[in-house]
Amino acid sequence: MGRYVIRRLLQMIPVFIGATMLIFLMVNVMGDPIAGLCGERACDPATKAQLQQEFGLDKPVWQQYVTYMGNVFTGDFGTAFNGQKVTDLMSTAFPVTLRLTLVAILFEIVVGVTLGVVTGLRRGRPVDTSVLMLTLVVIAVPTFVTGLLLQLLLGVKWGWIDPAVSPAANFSELIVPGLVLASVSLAYVTRLTRTSIAENRRADYVRTAIAKGLPQHRVITRHLLRNSLIPVVTFIGADIGSLMGGAIVTERIFNIHGVGYQLYQGIVRQNSQTVVGFVTILVIVFLVVNLIVDLLYAVLDPRIRYA
Amino acid sequence: MPESQQPDGAIAGTGAGGAMDLATGEATTLEKTPGGPEGTGPQGKPRSLWSDAWHDLRRNPVFLVSGAIILFLVIISIWPQLIASGNPLECHLSKAQQGSQPGHPFGFDGQGCDVYTRTVHGARNSVTVGVCATLGVALLGSALGGLAGFFGGFWDGLLSRITDIFFAIPVILGGLVLLSVVTSNTVWPVVGFIVLLGWPQIARIARGAVITAKQNDYVQAARALGASNSRLLLRHIAPNAVAPVIVVATIALGTFIALEATLSYLGVGLKPPAVSWGIDISAASPYIRNAPHMLLWPAGALAITVLAFIMLGDAVRDALDPKLR
Repeated sequence: MGRYVIRRLLQMIPVFIGATMLIFLMVNVMGDPIAGLCGERACDPATKAQLQQEFGLDKPVWQQYVTYMGNVFTGDFGTAFNGQKVTDLMSTAFPVTLRLTLVAILFEIVVGVTLGVVTGLRRGRPVDTSVLMLTLVVIAVPTFVTGLLLQLLLGVKWGWIDPAVSPAANFSELIVPGLVLASVSLAYVTRLTRTSIAENRRADYVRTAIAKGLPQHRVITRHLLRNSLIPVVTFIGADIGSLMGGAIVTERIFNIHGVGYQLYQGIVRQNSQTVVGFVTILVIVFLVVNLIVDLLYAVLDPRIRYA
Repeated sequence: MPESQQPDGAIAGTGAGGAMDLATGEATTLEKTPGGPEGTGPQGKPRSLWSDAWHDLRRNPVFLVSGAIILFLVIISIWPQLIASGNPLECHLSKAQQGSQPGHPFGFDGQGCDVYTRTVHGARNSVTVGVCATLGVALLGSALGGLAGFFGGFWDGLLSRITDIFFAIPVILGGLVLLSVVTSNTVWPVVGFIVLLGWPQIARIARGAVITAKQNDYVQAARALGASNSRLLLRHIAPNAVAPVIVVATIALGTFIALEATLSYLGVGLKPPAVSWGIDISAASPYIRNAPHMLLWPAGALAITVLAFIMLGDAVRDALDPKLR
């Protein structure tokens, strides 16, 4: 187990370097980091040269990357366009997005897995068919349309929620945005659980459990669900990273000042420090979550042992 | 080191989570409807996988409905004038936000353009992005994934690490960063971006399919008979590994169309004066309270298009995957 974790941590290093370097190149080579500093006008050539020297942009890109990463590992993520430290932006933005992601994941686990179990046990019945059609529709309607429609119906027409989330972004305000963020993954979790349950229901160990007279709820929770959840856990784990990155759309619709909002501002204002800093954190989150998911396998399925 | 094989498999499985499960998660989406019992075809000569699949598909109502919708979409994206003779860029500010009128069934948008004409003409860009991006992703992904799976070793490891890197970057984020500096208002930057970030998904599927097909006895037999690598790949492995790629690519086509609309909604995909459902939805969203029709028509068209492609992918998978029979 310990050896496996160390091996995995070592394997993360090239992925981390590759992903951050890719984003670093995209931001610094495709965009012009100086252009954002002069506002709408083009920069004066002399000012531009001075700024380039000040920020070290006249050096080769790989050297800039090494300097940047060196700073990141000493806790210095640089400053945003308005002079705020990027770490300050992060400390206000990440808790908000974390709460939003948590709400979304809870929806996926509670609603998605429940619907999946219910439909998986009743394959071909009307409940199954209608839930399946519903998941197809949810997958087909893009998140920004779902978000706008829910905002219109719940926020404006019926007045159940505030159409915009306050800067505090409490859990109660994040329920509907969390549902919107989760919607597509929710549908996938439902289908995945359904397929998995339906497959495992015919497994020998389920027949044995029934034959030895266990009550049905015990067969389902202890035997069927535990084995069927392995692919679902993988999906949800991989999803945490994409939910945090994909929150850009949801946060824009409901005016939530989280990671997506800061990233959008950083990109629109061409502030490379904000963008690269936030993406670096997102990549680390993605890698760590994936490692945890792999270790969870062993908990869920005792047959899997890591040497 | 046989014991180290298992964790490796676990790693490969995790990163691909989203992509793989897209395939397996929907494995049994829509039940076969009665009316097409197996073995009703002509007796005698056994059918190939493809003619068998076609035999199934022709009797699947889901395939027929989604196929009809897609055919219609393709026709109106080639000849939008057939059903909407107006000019999507011809707008009269005096009619801004007005509702449905004779000759203008969907009403007018915020600039006073005819929503019906814009919705019909918007199909072309969506379908172009979907089809071109899918072709690019499928060709690049299956070539790289297939070669890596066939030759194994160093290049296979390298490809796995590269796909890991791409999976670690959130797609919408990459789109915002890369496309925000592009000023062109054609579809090609969006297509290029989707190919750039989408190929690892197909590469993983193709790699897995080639590794499975490679171990079959007939491949060993052909190798023993002295067949060259290219002959093995093209004649024996590719035909048996292409089915999962086609299934995932068809479903991906729908999601690429949704991705284009999302990027256009965020202001970095297609840019005006290009006509796109994403642009129209984005422009209509501030007025959703007073004039929801401006948003609902393009959004509905987008949802039906994506739904049609996802349903087609589902039907094709049901037909191509003999395990589910």
